[in-house]
Amino acid sequence: MNPGLVLYEEEFRKISGICDRLTRDAGAKVVFLVDKNGQLIAATGQSQNLDTTSLASLTAGNVAAMGGLAKLIGENEFPSQFHEGEHESLHMSIVAGKVVLVVIFDARSSLGLVRLRVKKASEELARVFEQLARRQATPGARNPLAEITDDDIDDLFST
Amino acid sequence: MSFINYSSREINCKIVYYGPGLCGKTTNLQYVYARTSPEAKGKMISLATETERTLFFDFLPLSLGEIRGFKTRFHLYTVPGQVFYDASRKLILKGVDGVVFVADSQIERMEANLESVENLRVNLAEQGYDLNRIPYVVQYNKRDLPNVATVDELQRLLNPRRVPEFQAIAPTGVGVFDTLKQVAKLVLTELKRGS
Repeated sequence: MNPGLVLYEEEFRKISGICDRLTRDAGAKVVFLVDKNGQLIAATGQSQNLDTTSLASLTAGNVAAMGGLAKLIGENEFPSQFHEGEHESLHMSIVAGKVVLVVIFDARSSLGLVRLRVKKASEELARVFEQLARRQATPGARNPLAEITDDDIDDLFST
Repeated sequence: MSFINYSSREINCKIVYYGPGLCGKTTNLQYVYARTSPEAKGKMISLATETERTLFFDFLPLSLGEIRGFKTRFHLYTVPGQVFYDASRKLILKGVDGVVFVADSQIERMEANLESVENLRVNLAEQGYDLNRIPYVVQYNKRDLPNVATVDELQRLLNPRRVPEFQAIAPTGVGVFDTLKQVAKLVLTELKRGS
Protein backbone atom coordinates (compact mmCIF):
# COMPACT_ATOMS: atom_id res chain seq x y z
CA MET A 1 0.00 0.00 0.00
CA ASN A 2 1.09 3.55 -0.63
CA PRO A 3 3.06 4.76 2.43
CA GLY A 4 1.23 8.10 2.50
CA LEU A 5 2.42 11.51 3.57
CA VAL A 6 4.32 11.97 6.81
CA LEU A 7 4.82 15.52 8.00
CA TYR A 8 7.51 16.22 10.60
CA GLU A 9 7.78 19.20 12.93
CA GLU A 10 10.63 20.86 11.03
CA GLU A 11 8.91 20.81 7.65
CA PHE A 12 5.59 21.78 9.23
CA ARG A 13 7.22 24.90 10.71
CA LYS A 14 8.72 25.80 7.32
CA ILE A 15 5.42 25.26 5.52
CA SER A 16 3.49 27.33 8.09
CA GLY A 17 6.11 30.09 7.82
CA ILE A 18 5.78 30.23 4.03
CA CYS A 19 1.96 30.27 4.22
CA ASP A 20 2.07 32.98 6.91
CA ARG A 21 4.30 35.17 4.77
CA LEU A 22 2.12 34.56 1.72
CA THR A 23 -0.96 35.65 3.69
CA ARG A 24 0.74 38.95 4.55
CA ASP A 25 2.47 39.59 1.20
CA ALA A 26 -0.61 38.82 -0.88
CA GLY A 27 -2.97 40.72 1.44
CA ALA A 28 -4.97 37.50 1.72
CA LYS A 29 -7.62 36.63 4.29
CA VAL A 30 -6.74 32.96 4.49
CA VAL A 31 -4.12 30.70 2.98
CA PHE A 32 -4.31 26.96 3.28
CA LEU A 33 -2.46 24.00 1.96
CA VAL A 34 -4.20 20.71 1.22
CA ASP A 35 -2.88 17.44 -0.10
CA LYS A 36 -4.54 16.18 -3.27
CA ASN A 37 -6.46 13.60 -1.25
CA GLY A 38 -8.19 16.25 0.82
CA GLN A 39 -6.11 16.29 4.00
CA LEU A 40 -5.45 19.72 5.44
CA ILE A 41 -1.72 20.37 5.91
CA ALA A 42 -1.67 23.98 7.08
CA ALA A 43 -4.02 26.95 7.45
CA THR A 44 -2.98 30.53 8.16
CA GLY A 45 -4.74 33.89 8.35
CA GLN A 46 -8.33 34.31 9.49
CA SER A 47 -9.10 30.60 9.43
CA GLN A 48 -10.63 30.33 12.92
CA ASN A 49 -14.22 30.69 11.74
CA LEU A 50 -13.78 28.55 8.66
CA ASP A 51 -14.61 24.86 8.41
CA THR A 52 -11.13 24.03 7.15
CA THR A 53 -11.77 20.25 7.06
CA SER A 54 -14.68 20.71 4.65
CA LEU A 55 -12.71 23.28 2.67
CA ALA A 56 -9.84 20.83 2.30
CA SER A 57 -12.08 18.00 1.14
CA LEU A 58 -13.98 20.15 -1.36
CA THR A 59 -10.74 21.69 -2.66
CA ALA A 60 -9.36 18.22 -3.37
CA GLY A 61 -12.63 17.19 -5.03
CA ASN A 62 -12.58 20.31 -7.18
CA VAL A 63 -8.94 19.88 -8.21
CA ALA A 64 -9.54 16.19 -8.96
CA ALA A 65 -12.58 17.02 -11.11
CA MET A 66 -10.71 19.77 -12.98
CA GLY A 67 -7.77 17.38 -13.47
CA GLY A 68 -10.19 14.86 -14.98
CA LEU A 69 -11.57 17.55 -17.30
CA ALA A 70 -8.04 18.59 -18.28
CA LYS A 71 -7.17 15.06 -19.32
CA LEU A 72 -10.35 14.83 -21.42
CA ILE A 73 -9.19 17.79 -23.51
CA GLY A 74 -5.60 16.59 -23.75
CA GLU A 75 -4.02 18.62 -20.95
CA ASN A 76 -2.15 16.99 -18.08
CA GLU A 77 -3.81 19.24 -15.50
CA PHE A 78 -4.82 22.84 -14.90
CA PRO A 79 -2.05 24.11 -12.63
CA SER A 80 -4.13 26.97 -11.27
CA GLN A 81 -7.75 28.03 -11.00
CA PHE A 82 -9.44 31.27 -10.01
CA HIS A 83 -12.99 31.67 -8.77
CA GLU A 84 -14.32 35.20 -8.38
CA GLY A 85 -17.13 35.86 -5.93
CA GLU A 86 -19.03 39.02 -5.14
CA HIS A 87 -16.96 39.64 -2.01
CA GLU A 88 -14.43 36.86 -1.69
CA SER A 89 -12.32 35.21 -4.34
CA LEU A 90 -10.40 32.00 -4.35
CA HIS A 91 -7.16 31.09 -6.06
CA MET A 92 -5.98 27.46 -6.17
CA SER A 93 -2.70 26.21 -7.53
CA ILE A 94 -1.01 22.85 -7.59
CA VAL A 95 2.42 22.74 -5.94
CA ALA A 96 5.01 20.06 -6.64
CA GLY A 97 2.30 17.98 -8.33
CA LYS A 98 0.91 16.79 -5.01
CA VAL A 99 -0.48 19.58 -2.86
CA VAL A 100 -2.87 22.45 -3.48
CA LEU A 101 -2.21 25.99 -2.29
CA VAL A 102 -5.43 27.91 -1.73
CA VAL A 103 -5.61 31.67 -1.23
CA ILE A 104 -8.84 33.39 -0.20
CA PHE A 105 -8.84 37.15 -0.69
CA ASP A 106 -11.19 40.11 -1.02
CA ALA A 107 -11.17 43.52 -2.70
CA ARG A 108 -8.25 44.68 -0.55
CA SER A 109 -6.00 42.53 -2.70
CA SER A 110 -5.99 41.67 -6.40
CA LEU A 111 -5.61 38.63 -8.60
CA GLY A 112 -2.36 40.00 -10.04
CA LEU A 113 -0.77 40.41 -6.61
CA VAL A 114 -1.99 37.00 -5.45
CA ARG A 115 -0.60 35.30 -8.56
CA LEU A 116 2.75 37.00 -8.14
CA ARG A 117 3.12 36.03 -4.48
CA VAL A 118 1.77 32.51 -5.03
CA LYS A 119 4.47 31.88 -7.63
CA LYS A 120 7.25 32.68 -5.17
CA ALA A 121 5.63 30.76 -2.29
CA SER A 122 5.05 27.74 -4.55
CA GLU A 123 8.75 27.53 -5.36
CA GLU A 124 9.62 27.64 -1.66
CA LEU A 125 6.98 25.05 -0.80
CA ALA A 126 8.17 22.75 -3.59
CA ARG A 127 11.65 22.76 -2.01
CA VAL A 128 10.21 21.80 1.38
CA PHE A 129 8.26 18.92 -0.15
CA GLU A 130 11.39 17.72 -1.94
CA GLN A 131 13.16 17.72 1.42
CA LEU A 132 10.25 15.84 2.95
CA ALA A 133 10.26 13.24 0.18
CA ARG A 134 13.99 12.68 0.69
CA ARG A 135 13.49 12.27 4.41
CA GLN A 136 10.67 9.76 3.91
CA ALA A 137 12.75 7.80 1.41
CA THR A 138 15.75 7.54 3.74
CA PRO A 139 16.25 3.96 4.89
CA GLY A 140 15.69 3.76 8.61
CA ALA A 141 13.44 6.82 8.60
CA ARG A 142 11.44 6.95 11.78
CA ASN A 143 8.49 4.57 11.54
CA PRO A 144 5.56 6.58 12.83
CA LEU A 145 3.35 3.64 13.66
CA ALA A 146 5.89 0.96 14.40
CA GLU A 147 5.37 1.19 18.16
CA ILE A 148 1.63 0.72 17.94
CA THR A 149 0.54 -2.76 18.95
CA ASP A 150 -2.47 -4.79 17.88
CA ASP A 151 -3.80 -4.31 21.42
CA ASP A 152 -3.63 -0.51 21.00
CA ILE A 153 -5.78 -0.83 17.89
CA ASP A 154 -8.21 -3.18 19.66
CA ASP A 155 -8.46 -0.78 22.60
CA LEU A 156 -9.54 2.02 20.28
CA PHE A 157 -12.61 0.01 19.32
CA SER A 158 -13.36 -1.68 22.62
CA THR A 159 -15.88 0.91 23.80
CA MET B 1 -3.28 7.70 1.28
CA SER B 2 -2.80 8.22 4.96
CA PHE B 3 -1.40 11.47 6.29
CA ILE B 4 0.59 11.39 9.52
CA ASN B 5 1.23 14.78 11.06
CA TYR B 6 3.80 14.82 13.86
CA SER B 7 3.18 18.46 14.56
CA SER B 8 -0.51 18.05 15.42
CA ARG B 9 0.02 14.37 16.35
CA GLU B 10 -2.66 13.12 14.01
CA ILE B 11 -3.14 10.09 11.82
CA ASN B 12 -5.55 10.82 8.96
CA CYS B 13 -7.03 8.07 6.81
CA LYS B 14 -9.51 7.88 3.96
CA ILE B 15 -12.29 5.29 3.76
CA VAL B 16 -14.55 5.01 0.71
CA TYR B 17 -18.02 3.46 0.69
CA TYR B 18 -18.60 1.88 -2.73
CA GLY B 19 -21.58 0.06 -4.22
CA PRO B 20 -24.38 0.23 -6.78
CA GLY B 21 -26.90 3.06 -6.95
CA LEU B 22 -29.38 3.22 -4.05
CA CYS B 23 -27.61 0.50 -2.04
CA GLY B 24 -27.40 2.71 1.06
CA LYS B 25 -23.90 4.25 1.06
CA THR B 26 -25.15 7.72 1.94
CA THR B 27 -27.54 6.22 4.52
CA ASN B 28 -24.56 4.57 6.24
CA LEU B 29 -22.84 7.93 6.57
CA GLN B 30 -26.04 9.67 7.67
CA TYR B 31 -26.49 7.14 10.45
CA VAL B 32 -22.88 7.50 11.59
CA TYR B 33 -23.28 11.28 11.54
CA ALA B 34 -26.54 11.15 13.53
CA ARG B 35 -25.12 8.86 16.20
CA THR B 36 -21.72 10.43 16.75
CA SER B 37 -21.11 13.04 19.43
CA PRO B 38 -20.55 16.59 18.10
CA GLU B 39 -16.92 16.73 19.30
CA ALA B 40 -16.03 13.60 17.34
CA LYS B 41 -17.40 14.67 13.98
CA GLY B 42 -17.15 17.48 11.48
CA LYS B 43 -19.76 18.73 9.09
CA MET B 44 -21.22 16.18 6.70
CA ILE B 45 -21.11 17.35 3.10
CA SER B 46 -23.35 15.84 0.43
CA LEU B 47 -22.83 16.90 -3.16
CA ALA B 48 -26.15 15.61 -4.46
CA THR B 49 -28.61 16.23 -7.27
CA GLU B 50 -31.95 17.93 -6.68
CA THR B 51 -33.47 14.49 -6.23
CA GLU B 52 -30.93 13.68 -3.51
CA ARG B 53 -28.93 11.22 -5.55
CA THR B 54 -25.19 11.50 -4.89
CA LEU B 55 -23.65 13.59 -7.67
CA PHE B 56 -20.00 13.64 -6.67
CA PHE B 57 -19.51 12.45 -3.10
CA ASP B 58 -20.62 12.59 0.53
CA PHE B 59 -17.95 13.43 3.06
CA LEU B 60 -17.87 12.94 6.81
CA PRO B 61 -14.80 13.60 8.96
CA LEU B 62 -14.71 11.52 12.13
CA SER B 63 -12.38 11.19 15.13
CA LEU B 64 -12.11 7.74 16.60
CA GLY B 65 -9.91 8.45 19.61
CA GLU B 66 -6.22 8.33 20.39
CA ILE B 67 -3.53 5.71 19.91
CA ARG B 68 -0.29 6.35 21.76
CA GLY B 69 -0.88 10.09 21.75
CA PHE B 70 -1.89 10.24 18.09
CA LYS B 71 -5.43 11.35 17.29
CA THR B 72 -6.97 9.06 14.68
CA ARG B 73 -9.09 10.87 12.13
CA PHE B 74 -11.02 9.12 9.42
CA HIS B 75 -12.44 10.82 6.37
CA LEU B 76 -15.43 8.84 5.14
CA TYR B 77 -16.45 9.28 1.51
CA THR B 78 -19.18 7.74 -0.62
CA VAL B 79 -19.08 7.49 -4.38
CA PRO B 80 -22.03 8.15 -6.69
CA GLY B 81 -23.42 4.69 -7.41
CA GLN B 82 -25.14 5.34 -10.71
CA VAL B 83 -23.29 3.68 -13.58
CA PHE B 84 -22.73 6.84 -15.65
CA TYR B 85 -20.80 8.61 -12.87
CA ASP B 86 -17.78 6.38 -13.35
CA ALA B 87 -15.33 9.25 -13.95
CA SER B 88 -16.25 10.72 -10.55
CA ARG B 89 -15.93 7.35 -8.80
CA LYS B 90 -12.36 7.02 -10.06
CA LEU B 91 -11.44 10.42 -8.63
CA ILE B 92 -12.82 9.62 -5.19
CA LEU B 93 -10.78 6.43 -4.96
CA LYS B 94 -7.56 8.44 -5.20
CA GLY B 95 -5.59 8.09 -2.00
CA VAL B 96 -8.01 5.60 -0.44
CA ASP B 97 -6.84 3.61 2.61
CA GLY B 98 -9.81 1.28 3.02
CA VAL B 99 -12.98 0.34 1.15
CA VAL B 100 -16.46 -0.71 2.30
CA PHE B 101 -18.52 -2.39 -0.39
CA VAL B 102 -22.20 -1.87 0.36
CA ALA B 103 -24.26 -4.52 -1.41
CA ASP B 104 -28.01 -4.28 -1.93
CA SER B 105 -29.32 -7.64 -0.67
CA GLN B 106 -32.40 -7.64 -2.90
CA ILE B 107 -32.32 -10.42 -5.51
CA GLU B 108 -33.18 -8.03 -8.34
CA ARG B 109 -30.07 -5.94 -7.53
CA MET B 110 -27.62 -8.84 -7.72
CA GLU B 111 -26.45 -7.98 -11.22
CA ALA B 112 -25.92 -4.36 -10.20
CA ASN B 113 -23.89 -5.56 -7.18
CA LEU B 114 -21.69 -7.75 -9.35
CA GLU B 115 -21.16 -4.99 -11.86
CA SER B 116 -20.23 -2.59 -9.10
CA VAL B 117 -17.68 -4.94 -7.48
CA GLU B 118 -16.04 -5.44 -10.85
CA ASN B 119 -16.08 -1.69 -11.42
CA LEU B 120 -14.42 -1.23 -8.02
CA ARG B 121 -11.72 -3.73 -8.90
CA VAL B 122 -10.99 -2.02 -12.24
CA ASN B 123 -11.06 1.52 -10.84
CA LEU B 124 -8.81 0.59 -7.91
CA ALA B 125 -6.35 -1.02 -10.31
CA GLU B 126 -6.27 2.20 -12.34
CA GLN B 127 -5.13 4.00 -9.19
CA GLY B 128 -2.52 1.35 -8.51
CA TYR B 129 -4.42 -0.56 -5.82
CA ASP B 130 -5.29 -4.24 -5.67
CA LEU B 131 -8.71 -5.13 -4.28
CA ASN B 132 -7.21 -8.34 -2.93
CA ARG B 133 -4.71 -6.42 -0.81
CA ILE B 134 -6.38 -3.21 0.27
CA PRO B 135 -8.26 -3.13 3.64
CA TYR B 136 -11.72 -4.17 2.51
CA VAL B 137 -15.01 -5.18 4.11
CA VAL B 138 -18.38 -6.08 2.63
CA GLN B 139 -21.77 -5.06 3.98
CA TYR B 140 -24.99 -6.81 2.95
CA ASN B 141 -27.49 -4.01 3.38
CA LYS B 142 -31.31 -3.91 3.33
CA ARG B 143 -31.66 -7.19 5.22
CA ASP B 144 -35.14 -6.11 6.36
CA LEU B 145 -36.62 -6.12 2.85
CA PRO B 146 -38.77 -9.08 1.76
CA ASN B 147 -37.05 -10.11 -1.44
CA VAL B 148 -33.48 -10.59 -0.27
CA ALA B 149 -30.90 -13.19 -1.32
CA THR B 150 -29.51 -15.46 1.37
CA VAL B 151 -26.23 -14.48 2.98
CA ASP B 152 -24.67 -17.67 1.60
CA GLU B 153 -25.59 -16.64 -1.91
CA LEU B 154 -24.37 -13.07 -1.42
CA GLN B 155 -21.14 -14.38 0.01
CA ARG B 156 -20.61 -16.79 -2.88
CA LEU B 157 -21.16 -14.08 -5.49
CA LEU B 158 -19.75 -10.96 -3.86
CA ASN B 159 -17.26 -12.11 -1.26
CA PRO B 160 -15.51 -15.26 -2.46
CA ARG B 161 -12.34 -14.17 -0.67
CA ARG B 162 -14.24 -14.07 2.64
CA VAL B 163 -13.16 -10.63 3.81
CA PRO B 164 -15.01 -9.44 6.95
CA GLU B 165 -18.71 -9.11 6.15
CA PHE B 166 -21.71 -7.65 7.95
CA GLN B 167 -25.46 -7.78 7.58
CA ALA B 168 -27.02 -4.35 7.82
CA ILE B 169 -30.18 -2.27 7.85
CA ALA B 170 -28.60 1.13 7.41
CA PRO B 171 -31.58 3.41 8.23
CA THR B 172 -31.89 1.85 11.70
CA GLY B 173 -28.16 1.43 12.14
CA VAL B 174 -27.98 -2.36 12.22
CA GLY B 175 -24.44 -3.30 11.23
CA VAL B 176 -23.39 0.26 10.40
CA PHE B 177 -20.86 0.84 13.19
CA ASP B 178 -19.66 -2.78 13.08
CA THR B 179 -18.77 -2.25 9.42
CA LEU B 180 -17.02 1.06 10.10
CA LYS B 181 -15.07 -0.23 13.07
CA GLN B 182 -13.86 -3.25 11.15
CA VAL B 183 -12.61 -1.29 8.16
CA ALA B 184 -10.96 1.32 10.41
CA LYS B 185 -9.23 -1.45 12.31
CA LEU B 186 -7.98 -3.05 9.09
CA VAL B 187 -6.68 0.32 7.89
CA LEU B 188 -4.73 0.96 11.11
CA THR B 189 -3.36 -2.57 11.09
CA GLU B 190 -2.23 -2.12 7.50
CA LEU B 191 -0.61 1.24 8.31
CA LYS B 192 1.27 -0.35 11.19
CA ARG B 193 2.41 -3.19 8.96
CA GLY B 194 3.31 -0.79 6.15
CA SER B 195 5.41 1.33 8.45
